[in-house]
Amino acid sequence: MSALQTISSLIYLVSAVCYVLGVHLMRSPKTARKGNGLSAVGMFLAVITIIVTIIIEGKIDAIGWVVLLVGLALGILYGVVKARKVPMTDVPQLVSLFNAVGGGAAATIGIFDYLLKGDGAGLGVAFSLPVFLDVVIGGITFSGSLIATGKLSGHVSGKPISFPGSRLLNIIVVIAILASAYLMMGLTTNVWYVTLALAMSLIFGLLMTLPIGGADMPVVVSLLNAFTGLAVAFAGFVINNQVLIIAGALVGAAGTILTLQMADAMNRSVANILAGGFGTGDSDSGAAAADVPVDVKETSADDIGLQLAYAHSVMIVPGYGLAAAQAQHEVAELAKVLTDQGISVNYAIHPVAGRMPGHMNVLLADVNVPYEQMKQLDDANPMFESTDVSLVIGANDVTNPLARESGNAISGMPILDVDKSKSVVVIKRSMSTGYAGVQNPLFAMDNTQMFFSDAKKGLQEIVAATKQYLE
Amino acid sequence: MSQELFTNLAIFVLSLLVGFEVMSKIPATLQTPMMSGANAIHGVVVVGAFVIAAEANSTLFYVLAFLGAFFAAVNVAGGYTVTDRMLGMFDRKPAAKKGEADQK
Repeated sequence: MSALQTISSLIYLVSAVCYVLGVHLMRSPKTARKGNGLSAVGMFLAVITIIVTIIIEGKIDAIGWVVLLVGLALGILYGVVKARKVPMTDVPQLVSLFNAVGGGAAATIGIFDYLLKGDGAGLGVAFSLPVFLDVVIGGITFSGSLIATGKLSGHVSGKPISFPGSRLLNIIVVIAILASAYLMMGLTTNVWYVTLALAMSLIFGLLMTLPIGGADMPVVVSLLNAFTGLAVAFAGFVINNQVLIIAGALVGAAGTILTLQMADAMNRSVANILAGGFGTGDSDSGAAAADVPVDVKETSADDIGLQLAYAHSVMIVPGYGLAAAQAQHEVAELAKVLTDQGISVNYAIHPVAGRMPGHMNVLLADVNVPYEQMKQLDDANPMFESTDVSLVIGANDVTNPLARESGNAISGMPILDVDKSKSVVVIKRSMSTGYAGVQNPLFAMDNTQMFFSDAKKGLQEIVAATKQYLE
Repeated sequence: MSQELFTNLAIFVLSLLVGFEVMSKIPATLQTPMMSGANAIHGVVVVGAFVIAAEANSTLFYVLAFLGAFFAAVNVAGGYTVTDRMLGMFDRKPAAKKGEADQK
């Protein structure tokens, strides 16, 4: 090892330690920000090291510098501006977009090295297998994550998209990917082999993600994130760089565990989500809406305003509908109107409320909801018995009392005990079921009233009505 | 198998195990920031973009190096920024001043 190699390897090791400790610190709310900062320090060290290395090695030519620096500058500008400007409701799709380009970068490195080293003769399995894995996994996460971004942002329909013959097409694509592996590891190199691998993996990413419903996207994004980690690790094999291998494997493994936990919190299994995607599983989520509970009581914004104005304690239960309608400003305004009158207001936040686990906390923090008003499941549940009005906004499955019984899709899922409060008001656009496809008996209970409206519009009307009674 | 490949494989396997171990039960509140933080870490692929740019010597390779640098830079810069922004919101103490985080 030359002195340069020794020093750079040691610094890469330090930066790898920063990533591991960073992830470790990110497990607790108190240290999470420090953890991310530490991991950024590790990244900074790695980048400085590679800059010094390529300067000393002196292989890079002038055009190389230009494309590198312009590419980096544009990328940093785009990434930072997007990350700063994005409204908190749109964070999930942005993370998915960042994941897509990470996969794209990993695939690019594999393609580059295959073309650079390939001169017609075979490259040997030890080199071409990592290239193949890098390109294919990177390609899948690139197109898959872009579709996930589209589904989360509404540019692509959130409904599961499938078409006749999609299973057959899947099989053909998988066979083509395997064929490209065989060709790439064979005795010749050809630009078309790696092109085939890339094209087929891009198609596979589309086919994998399109049939999955929008509500399952968080789990898919997390899974693709873990995939990208693996693609980056294989890119590290390709260019023989250990910091890529360590960081990529770390993300691959940690991301897998995180995916399982997310799926668990949503009472889904990863296998189910993906299998559903291939047309084998649950297609009944929309179909079950026929047996609607009939005896629901409808109410008006005016009446809700009256109830709230005369309540002592109000519990707000935000759900996916609130996040989708971007109504967090309205809900914060309503809470402020009430707390200004001495009415106690709290938020009961289910672990999977919002568009992603933990997302609701971020949304509410963004509109300056005081941290101590956000009650997590275990703290919120004992409070419902002394709550006058529970205001359920765009939430469904997480309040469904059926979860306490056995024999249905949500049995055993932890729920918010909204039904124990004195009065329940549900703001919802229609009687349709949540993504579990189960009817919610809460809506038909004696102390429940329904207000059918978009969360944003409904809350604006309620704020106006409440103010009128408080003046 | 070459010594180099074996070393890399050993590093890969052990890093996977570290990844499984370091990730214990995450509170749901932190799952989205954690995913975003892990997403930023695989932005280390930017190091690879430097490596290929140093070897580029034809139009095709320059284009690939540019794409790699652009993609990786978006991943790493955007990833850390958005994670920090999310986590900054949990930092805010109950009496924190307004306006600092709300810059839309």
